[in-house]
Amino acid sequence: MAEEVLAPMVGKILKIKIKPGDAVQEDDEIIVMESMKLETSVHAPCSGVVKEIKVSEGDRVEEDDVLAVIE
Amino acid sequence: MNGGPLDLLAQMGILAVTPGMVFMWVVAGLLLYLAIAKQFEPLLLLPIGFGILVANLPLTGLMEPGEGLIWRFYHYGLQWEVIPPVIFLGLGALTDFGPMLARPSLIFLGAGAQVGVYITFFVARLLGMTLPEAATTGIIGGADGPTTIYLATRLAPHMLGSCAVAAYSYMALVPIIQPPVMKLLTSQAERAIVMKKSRKVPKLERILFPIVATLVTVLVVPASAPLMVMFMLGNLFRESGVVERLSGAAQNELMNIVTIFLGLSVGATMNAATFLQPKVIFIFILGLLAFAVSTASGVLFAKFMNLFLKDKINPLIGAAGVSAVPMSARVVHQVGSEANKKNYLLMFAMGPNIAGVIGTILAAGVFLSMLK
Repeated sequence: MAEEVLAPMVGKILKIKIKPGDAVQEDDEIIVMESMKLETSVHAPCSGVVKEIKVSEGDRVEEDDVLAVIE
Repeated sequence: MNGGPLDLLAQMGILAVTPGMVFMWVVAGLLLYLAIAKQFEPLLLLPIGFGILVANLPLTGLMEPGEGLIWRFYHYGLQWEVIPPVIFLGLGALTDFGPMLARPSLIFLGAGAQVGVYITFFVARLLGMTLPEAATTGIIGGADGPTTIYLATRLAPHMLGSCAVAAYSYMALVPIIQPPVMKLLTSQAERAIVMKKSRKVPKLERILFPIVATLVTVLVVPASAPLMVMFMLGNLFRESGVVERLSGAAQNELMNIVTIFLGLSVGATMNAATFLQPKVIFIFILGLLAFAVSTASGVLFAKFMNLFLKDKINPLIGAAGVSAVPMSARVVHQVGSEANKKNYLLMFAMGPNIAGVIGTILAAGVFLSMLK
Protein backbone atom coordinates (compact mmCIF):
# COMPACT_ATOMS: atom_id res chain seq x y z
CA MET A 1 0.00 0.00 0.00
CA ALA A 2 1.76 3.14 -1.24
CA GLU A 3 1.16 6.48 0.41
CA GLU A 4 1.96 9.81 -1.22
CA VAL A 5 3.71 12.56 0.68
CA LEU A 6 1.93 15.81 -0.25
CA ALA A 7 3.28 19.32 0.04
CA PRO A 8 1.45 20.91 3.00
CA MET A 9 1.71 24.38 1.45
CA VAL A 10 3.32 26.32 -1.37
CA GLY A 11 7.03 26.82 -1.02
CA LYS A 12 10.51 25.76 -2.04
CA ILE A 13 12.20 22.44 -1.34
CA LEU A 14 15.27 23.19 0.75
CA LYS A 15 16.55 19.78 1.68
CA ILE A 16 15.66 16.19 0.96
CA LYS A 17 16.73 13.88 3.74
CA ILE A 18 15.75 10.57 2.16
CA LYS A 19 16.63 8.58 -0.92
CA PRO A 20 14.76 5.81 -2.69
CA GLY A 21 15.05 2.57 -0.76
CA ASP A 22 15.40 4.24 2.65
CA ALA A 23 13.27 2.89 5.47
CA VAL A 24 11.38 5.63 7.33
CA GLN A 25 9.27 5.71 10.47
CA GLU A 26 6.04 7.64 10.74
CA ASP A 27 6.70 11.27 11.79
CA ASP A 28 10.36 11.16 10.69
CA GLU A 29 11.48 14.44 9.17
CA ILE A 30 11.99 13.58 5.50
CA ILE A 31 11.98 16.90 3.66
CA VAL A 32 12.62 20.48 4.71
CA MET A 33 10.80 23.14 2.78
CA GLU A 34 10.67 26.88 2.96
CA SER A 35 7.52 28.89 2.80
CA MET A 36 7.39 32.63 3.44
CA LYS A 37 10.98 32.50 4.71
CA LEU A 38 10.00 29.93 7.34
CA GLU A 39 11.62 26.52 7.31
CA THR A 40 9.05 23.79 7.72
CA SER A 41 9.66 20.09 8.09
CA VAL A 42 7.59 17.62 6.17
CA HIS A 43 7.13 14.43 8.16
CA ALA A 44 6.53 10.91 6.92
CA PRO A 45 2.79 10.16 6.93
CA CYS A 46 3.43 6.46 7.59
CA SER A 47 6.24 3.99 8.18
CA GLY A 48 7.64 2.20 5.16
CA VAL A 49 10.23 2.28 2.41
CA VAL A 50 10.76 5.28 0.15
CA LYS A 51 9.72 4.22 -3.31
CA GLU A 52 10.14 7.37 -5.26
CA ILE A 53 11.09 11.01 -4.77
CA LYS A 54 9.37 13.35 -7.19
CA VAL A 55 11.11 16.66 -6.43
CA SER A 56 14.66 17.87 -6.10
CA GLU A 57 16.23 20.50 -3.87
CA GLY A 58 15.43 24.02 -5.03
CA ASP A 59 12.13 23.08 -6.69
CA ARG A 60 9.10 25.27 -6.14
CA VAL A 61 6.01 23.30 -5.23
CA GLU A 62 2.31 24.05 -4.94
CA GLU A 63 0.08 22.85 -2.15
CA ASP A 64 -0.78 19.15 -2.54
CA ASP A 65 1.97 18.44 -5.08
CA VAL A 66 3.27 14.93 -4.60
CA LEU A 67 6.75 15.11 -3.07
CA ALA A 68 7.50 11.43 -2.60
CA VAL A 69 5.88 8.02 -2.41
CA ILE A 70 6.33 5.72 0.58
CA GLU A 71 5.46 2.04 0.42
CA MET B 1 36.26 86.55 19.49
CA ASN B 2 36.80 87.08 15.82
CA GLY B 3 38.25 84.07 14.07
CA GLY B 4 40.61 83.44 16.98
CA PRO B 5 41.43 79.96 18.24
CA LEU B 6 38.98 80.42 21.13
CA ASP B 7 36.17 80.88 18.64
CA LEU B 8 36.97 77.56 17.00
CA LEU B 9 37.01 75.95 20.42
CA ALA B 10 33.57 77.34 21.24
CA GLN B 11 32.21 75.84 18.04
CA MET B 12 33.50 72.40 18.85
CA GLY B 13 30.66 70.09 19.67
CA ILE B 14 32.51 68.18 22.30
CA LEU B 15 32.16 71.00 24.85
CA ALA B 16 28.39 71.11 24.42
CA VAL B 17 27.78 67.44 25.13
CA THR B 18 25.30 66.87 27.97
CA PRO B 19 24.87 63.72 30.10
CA GLY B 20 21.45 63.23 28.50
CA MET B 21 23.08 63.05 25.07
CA VAL B 22 25.57 60.49 26.25
CA PHE B 23 22.71 58.40 27.58
CA MET B 24 21.04 58.59 24.17
CA TRP B 25 24.28 57.44 22.52
CA VAL B 26 24.00 54.34 24.67
CA VAL B 27 20.38 53.84 23.58
CA ALA B 28 21.47 54.29 19.95
CA GLY B 29 24.32 51.85 20.44
CA LEU B 30 21.96 49.29 21.93
CA LEU B 31 19.57 49.52 18.97
CA LEU B 32 22.44 49.31 16.50
CA TYR B 33 23.74 46.27 18.35
CA LEU B 34 20.33 44.58 18.30
CA ALA B 35 19.91 45.38 14.61
CA ILE B 36 23.37 44.25 13.50
CA ALA B 37 24.32 41.44 15.88
CA LYS B 38 20.86 40.06 16.67
CA GLN B 39 19.16 41.07 13.40
CA PHE B 40 16.17 42.52 15.25
CA GLU B 41 14.14 44.24 12.50
CA PRO B 42 17.42 45.57 11.07
CA LEU B 43 15.76 47.39 8.16
CA LEU B 44 14.18 49.79 10.61
CA LEU B 45 16.18 49.61 13.82
CA LEU B 46 19.50 50.25 12.08
CA PRO B 47 18.54 53.62 10.55
CA ILE B 48 16.55 54.47 13.70
CA GLY B 49 19.58 53.75 15.88
CA PHE B 50 21.84 55.86 13.71
CA GLY B 51 19.23 58.62 13.64
CA ILE B 52 19.16 58.67 17.44
CA LEU B 53 22.94 58.87 17.57
CA VAL B 54 23.29 61.82 15.22
CA ALA B 55 20.28 63.69 16.63
CA ASN B 56 22.07 63.74 19.94
CA LEU B 57 25.27 65.31 18.71
CA PRO B 58 25.38 68.96 19.76
CA LEU B 59 25.44 72.00 17.44
CA THR B 60 24.82 70.02 14.27
CA GLY B 61 21.46 71.61 13.52
CA LEU B 62 20.39 68.38 11.80
CA MET B 63 16.93 68.59 13.36
CA GLU B 64 16.72 72.40 13.34
CA PRO B 65 13.21 73.26 12.08
CA GLY B 66 13.30 74.83 8.65
CA GLU B 67 17.01 74.19 8.19
CA GLY B 68 18.29 70.81 9.27
CA LEU B 69 18.81 68.03 6.77
CA ILE B 70 17.06 65.32 8.78
CA TRP B 71 14.38 67.77 9.85
CA ARG B 72 13.54 68.15 6.14
CA PHE B 73 13.26 64.37 5.75
CA TYR B 74 11.04 64.35 8.82
CA HIS B 75 8.93 67.31 7.74
CA TYR B 76 8.30 66.35 4.12
CA GLY B 77 8.22 62.62 4.76
CA LEU B 78 6.37 62.25 8.04
CA GLN B 79 4.70 65.52 8.94
CA TRP B 80 3.34 65.73 5.44
CA GLU B 81 2.15 62.14 5.95
CA VAL B 82 3.78 60.84 2.81
CA ILE B 83 6.02 57.99 3.89
CA PRO B 84 3.67 55.67 5.84
CA PRO B 85 1.09 55.60 3.02
CA VAL B 86 3.87 54.92 0.49
CA ILE B 87 5.07 52.04 2.65
CA PHE B 88 1.54 50.69 2.65
CA LEU B 89 1.53 50.79 -1.14
CA GLY B 90 4.50 48.44 -1.05
CA LEU B 91 2.95 46.25 1.64
CA GLY B 92 -0.19 45.95 -0.48
CA ALA B 93 1.90 44.77 -3.41
CA LEU B 94 3.61 42.25 -1.12
CA THR B 95 0.46 40.92 0.50
CA ASP B 96 -1.36 37.83 -0.67
CA PHE B 97 -4.92 38.11 0.57
CA GLY B 98 -5.59 34.57 -0.65
CA PRO B 99 -5.44 32.86 2.77
CA MET B 100 -7.95 35.36 4.15
CA LEU B 101 -10.32 35.15 1.17
CA ALA B 102 -10.17 31.36 1.31
CA ARG B 103 -11.91 31.53 4.69
CA PRO B 104 -13.50 34.94 5.10
CA SER B 105 -14.73 34.16 8.62
CA LEU B 106 -11.08 34.50 9.71
CA ILE B 107 -11.46 38.25 9.19
CA PHE B 108 -13.16 38.34 12.58
CA LEU B 109 -9.97 37.08 14.20
CA GLY B 110 -8.16 40.09 12.82
CA ALA B 111 -10.75 42.22 14.55
CA GLY B 112 -10.65 40.18 17.77
CA ALA B 113 -6.97 40.91 18.19
CA GLN B 114 -7.58 44.67 18.17
CA VAL B 115 -9.07 44.37 21.68
CA GLY B 116 -5.57 44.86 23.09
CA VAL B 117 -5.36 48.22 21.33
CA TYR B 118 -8.49 49.51 23.03
CA ILE B 119 -7.82 48.01 26.46
CA THR B 120 -4.37 49.56 26.44
CA PHE B 121 -5.91 52.85 25.36
CA PHE B 122 -8.15 52.86 28.44
CA VAL B 123 -5.39 51.72 30.81
CA ALA B 124 -3.06 54.43 29.46
CA ARG B 125 -5.81 57.01 29.95
CA LEU B 126 -6.32 55.84 33.54
CA LEU B 127 -2.59 56.19 34.14
CA GLY B 128 -2.85 59.85 33.26
CA MET B 129 -1.92 60.02 29.60
CA THR B 130 -3.84 62.45 27.43
CA LEU B 131 -6.34 60.94 24.97
CA PRO B 132 -4.05 61.33 21.92
CA GLU B 133 -1.11 59.87 23.87
CA ALA B 134 -3.20 56.94 25.08
CA ALA B 135 -4.40 56.20 21.54
CA THR B 136 -0.86 56.29 20.19
CA THR B 137 0.32 53.94 22.93
CA GLY B 138 -2.59 51.56 22.37
CA ILE B 139 -1.99 51.24 18.65
CA ILE B 140 1.40 49.63 19.42
CA GLY B 141 -0.68 46.53 20.23
CA GLY B 142 -1.69 46.38 16.58
CA ALA B 143 1.96 45.50 15.93
CA ASP B 144 1.99 47.53 12.79
CA GLY B 145 4.99 49.84 12.43
CA PRO B 146 3.86 52.24 9.71
CA THR B 147 0.38 52.60 11.27
CA THR B 148 1.93 53.36 14.66
CA ILE B 149 4.20 55.95 13.09
CA TYR B 150 1.35 57.47 11.12
CA LEU B 151 -0.91 57.80 14.15
CA ALA B 152 1.87 59.11 16.38
CA THR B 153 2.80 61.79 13.84
CA ARG B 154 -0.78 62.99 13.71
CA LEU B 155 -1.76 62.71 17.36
CA ALA B 156 1.32 62.80 19.58
CA PRO B 157 4.47 63.71 17.62
CA HIS B 158 6.52 63.98 20.83
CA MET B 159 5.99 60.24 21.33
CA LEU B 160 6.81 59.22 17.78
CA GLY B 161 10.32 57.91 18.37
CA SER B 162 9.53 55.93 21.51
CA CYS B 163 6.37 54.39 20.07
CA ALA B 164 8.13 53.39 16.86
CA VAL B 165 11.00 51.82 18.76
CA ALA B 166 8.57 50.02 21.09
CA ALA B 167 6.50 48.74 18.15
CA TYR B 168 9.47 47.50 16.15
CA SER B 169 11.31 45.95 19.08
CA TYR B 170 8.22 44.10 20.27
CA MET B 171 7.62 42.89 16.73
CA ALA B 172 11.09 41.42 16.80
CA LEU B 173 10.20 39.85 20.14
CA VAL B 174 6.94 38.29 18.91
CA PRO B 175 8.46 34.77 19.10
CA ILE B 176 9.13 35.39 22.80
CA ILE B 177 6.04 37.38 23.81
CA GLN B 178 3.32 35.37 22.10
CA PRO B 179 3.93 31.65 22.79
CA PRO B 180 3.48 31.77 26.60
CA VAL B 181 0.15 33.60 26.21
CA MET B 182 -0.96 31.19 23.49
CA LYS B 183 -0.05 28.11 25.51
CA LEU B 184 -1.68 29.45 28.65
CA LEU B 185 -5.03 29.83 26.93
CA THR B 186 -5.17 26.61 24.92
CA SER B 187 -5.06 22.91 25.73
CA GLN B 188 -2.70 20.47 24.04
CA ALA B 189 -5.69 19.00 22.18
CA GLU B 190 -6.76 22.40 20.88
CA ARG B 191 -3.27 23.22 19.67
CA ALA B 192 -3.15 19.90 17.84
CA ILE B 193 -6.31 20.58 15.82
CA VAL B 194 -5.61 20.07 12.13
CA MET B 195 -7.70 22.43 10.06
CA LYS B 196 -9.71 21.49 7.03
CA LYS B 197 -8.10 22.43 3.73
CA SER B 198 -9.01 25.85 2.41
CA ARG B 199 -10.68 26.36 -0.92
CA LYS B 200 -8.78 27.80 -3.87
CA VAL B 201 -9.50 31.49 -4.41
CA PRO B 202 -10.39 32.37 -8.02
CA LYS B 203 -8.52 35.21 -9.71
CA LEU B 204 -11.61 37.36 -10.16
CA GLU B 205 -12.17 37.38 -6.39
CA ARG B 206 -8.58 38.41 -5.80
CA ILE B 207 -8.91 41.32 -8.21
CA LEU B 208 -12.26 42.46 -6.85
CA PHE B 209 -11.16 42.28 -3.22
CA PRO B 210 -8.97 45.42 -3.07
CA ILE B 211 -11.66 47.43 -4.84
CA VAL B 212 -14.53 46.21 -2.67
CA ALA B 213 -12.46 46.44 0.51
CA THR B 214 -11.56 50.05 -0.29
CA LEU B 215 -15.20 50.97 -0.78
CA VAL B 216 -16.39 49.23 2.37
CA THR B 217 -13.67 50.36 4.77
CA VAL B 218 -13.32 53.93 3.54
CA LEU B 219 -17.06 54.51 3.46
CA VAL B 220 -17.29 53.32 7.07
CA VAL B 221 -14.12 54.89 8.48
CA PRO B 222 -13.10 57.74 6.12
CA ALA B 223 -10.16 58.72 8.33
CA SER B 224 -8.51 55.40 7.50
CA ALA B 225 -8.36 56.40 3.83
CA PRO B 226 -4.71 57.50 3.41
CA LEU B 227 -3.30 54.16 4.57
CA MET B 228 -6.14 52.00 3.29
CA VAL B 229 -6.31 53.30 -0.28
CA MET B 230 -2.56 52.97 -0.76
CA PHE B 231 -2.59 49.46 0.74
CA MET B 232 -5.37 48.35 -1.57
CA LEU B 233 -3.90 50.05 -4.65
CA GLY B 234 -0.66 48.17 -4.06
CA ASN B 235 -2.63 44.94 -3.82
CA LEU B 236 -4.51 45.72 -7.02
CA PHE B 237 -1.12 46.23 -8.74
CA ARG B 238 -0.22 42.74 -7.59
CA GLU B 239 -3.40 40.85 -8.30
CA SER B 240 -4.30 42.49 -11.63
CA GLY B 241 -1.18 40.90 -13.11
CA VAL B 242 -0.92 43.62 -15.78
CA VAL B 243 1.36 46.13 -14.03
CA GLU B 244 4.14 43.92 -12.75
CA ARG B 245 6.62 46.80 -13.07
CA LEU B 246 4.57 49.03 -10.79
CA SER B 247 4.03 46.18 -8.35
CA GLY B 248 7.76 45.48 -8.31
CA ALA B 249 8.68 49.13 -7.90
CA ALA B 250 6.20 49.57 -5.03
CA GLN B 251 7.42 46.57 -3.06
CA ASN B 252 11.13 46.91 -3.76
CA GLU B 253 12.73 50.18 -4.87
CA LEU B 254 10.10 52.61 -3.61
CA MET B 255 9.62 50.89 -0.27
CA ASN B 256 13.37 50.55 0.30
CA ILE B 257 13.95 54.21 -0.48
CA VAL B 258 11.29 55.56 1.85
CA THR B 259 12.32 53.12 4.57
CA ILE B 260 15.70 54.85 4.71
CA PHE B 261 14.11 58.26 5.26
CA LEU B 262 11.53 56.84 7.65
CA GLY B 263 14.03 55.13 9.93
CA LEU B 264 16.49 57.98 9.98
CA SER B 265 13.93 60.67 10.73
CA VAL B 266 12.02 58.62 13.30
CA GLY B 267 15.30 58.00 15.11
CA ALA B 268 16.24 61.66 14.92
CA THR B 269 13.07 62.68 16.78
CA MET B 270 14.44 60.93 19.84
CA ASN B 271 16.53 63.53 21.57
CA ALA B 272 17.35 63.44 25.26
CA ALA B 273 14.66 65.99 26.14
CA THR B 274 11.75 64.00 24.67
CA PHE B 275 13.04 60.53 25.47
CA LEU B 276 14.24 60.81 29.04
CA GLN B 277 10.81 61.13 30.62
CA PRO B 278 8.88 58.76 32.89
CA LYS B 279 6.19 58.54 30.22
CA VAL B 280 8.53 56.66 27.94
CA ILE B 281 8.76 53.80 30.44
CA PHE B 282 4.96 53.70 30.44
CA ILE B 283 4.98 53.47 26.65
CA PHE B 284 7.21 50.43 26.74
CA ILE B 285 5.30 48.67 29.53
CA LEU B 286 1.90 49.47 28.02
CA GLY B 287 3.08 48.50 24.54
CA LEU B 288 4.03 45.09 25.89
CA LEU B 289 0.66 44.83 27.61
CA ALA B 290 -1.05 45.73 24.34
CA PHE B 291 0.80 42.92 22.51
CA ALA B 292 -0.04 40.33 25.16
CA VAL B 293 -3.71 41.32 25.44
CA SER B 294 -4.12 41.35 21.67
CA THR B 295 -2.64 37.86 21.48
CA ALA B 296 -4.93 36.65 24.24
CA SER B 297 -8.06 38.23 22.80
CA GLY B 298 -7.32 36.76 19.37
CA VAL B 299 -6.97 33.25 20.81
CA LEU B 300 -10.07 33.60 22.98
CA PHE B 301 -12.06 34.93 20.05
CA ALA B 302 -11.03 31.91 17.99
CA LYS B 303 -12.20 29.61 20.80
CA PHE B 304 -15.48 31.52 20.90
CA MET B 305 -15.92 31.06 17.15
CA ASN B 306 -15.32 27.34 17.57
CA LEU B 307 -18.51 27.12 19.63
CA PHE B 308 -20.44 27.79 16.45
CA LEU B 309 -18.28 26.24 13.73
CA LYS B 310 -18.72 22.76 12.38
CA ASP B 311 -15.15 22.59 11.05
CA LYS B 312 -13.17 23.62 14.10
CA ILE B 313 -10.40 26.15 13.68
CA ASN B 314 -7.18 25.85 15.60
CA PRO B 315 -7.47 28.60 18.24
CA LEU B 316 -3.76 29.36 17.91
CA ILE B 317 -4.38 31.16 14.65
CA GLY B 318 -6.28 33.82 16.60
CA ALA B 319 -2.92 34.98 17.91
CA ALA B 320 -1.94 35.86 14.36
CA GLY B 321 -4.57 38.60 14.40
CA VAL B 322 -1.75 40.64 15.91
CA SER B 323 -0.67 42.02 12.59
CA ALA B 324 3.07 41.51 12.81
CA VAL B 325 3.21 40.04 9.29
CA PRO B 326 4.39 37.37 8.90
CA MET B 327 6.08 36.91 12.28
CA SER B 328 2.97 36.03 14.26
CA ALA B 329 1.83 33.61 11.58
CA ARG B 330 5.21 31.88 11.81
CA VAL B 331 4.98 31.72 15.60
CA VAL B 332 1.51 30.19 15.34
CA HIS B 333 2.82 27.65 12.88
CA GLN B 334 5.68 26.68 15.16
CA VAL B 335 3.58 26.34 18.29
CA GLY B 336 1.05 24.33 16.29
CA SER B 337 3.61 21.94 14.92
CA GLU B 338 5.08 21.41 18.39
CA ALA B 339 1.68 20.07 19.42
CA ASN B 340 1.17 17.97 16.31
CA LYS B 341 3.88 17.32 13.76
CA LYS B 342 1.34 17.02 10.97
CA ASN B 343 -0.07 20.44 11.67
CA TYR B 344 0.77 23.11 9.09
CA LEU B 345 -0.88 26.29 10.27
CA LEU B 346 1.22 28.85 8.41
CA MET B 347 -1.19 29.52 5.57
CA PHE B 348 -4.26 29.44 7.83
CA ALA B 349 -2.58 31.89 10.19
CA MET B 350 -1.85 34.28 7.33
CA GLY B 351 -5.61 34.90 7.08
CA PRO B 352 -6.09 36.57 10.47
CA ASN B 353 -2.59 38.02 10.16
CA ILE B 354 -3.53 40.06 7.10
CA ALA B 355 -6.99 40.79 8.45
CA GLY B 356 -5.16 42.17 11.49
CA VAL B 357 -3.38 44.73 9.31
CA ILE B 358 -6.72 45.97 8.02
CA GLY B 359 -8.08 45.91 11.58
CA THR B 360 -5.21 48.04 12.86
CA ILE B 361 -5.59 50.59 10.05
CA LEU B 362 -9.28 50.86 10.93
CA ALA B 363 -8.51 51.16 14.65
CA ALA B 364 -6.13 54.01 13.82
CA GLY B 365 -8.81 55.59 11.64
CA VAL B 366 -11.32 55.39 14.49
CA PHE B 367 -8.85 57.09 16.87
CA LEU B 368 -8.18 59.80 14.30
CA SER B 369 -11.84 60.56 13.73
CA MET B 370 -12.53 60.64 17.47
CA LEU B 371 -9.53 62.66 18.53
CA LYS B 372 -8.57 64.89 15.63
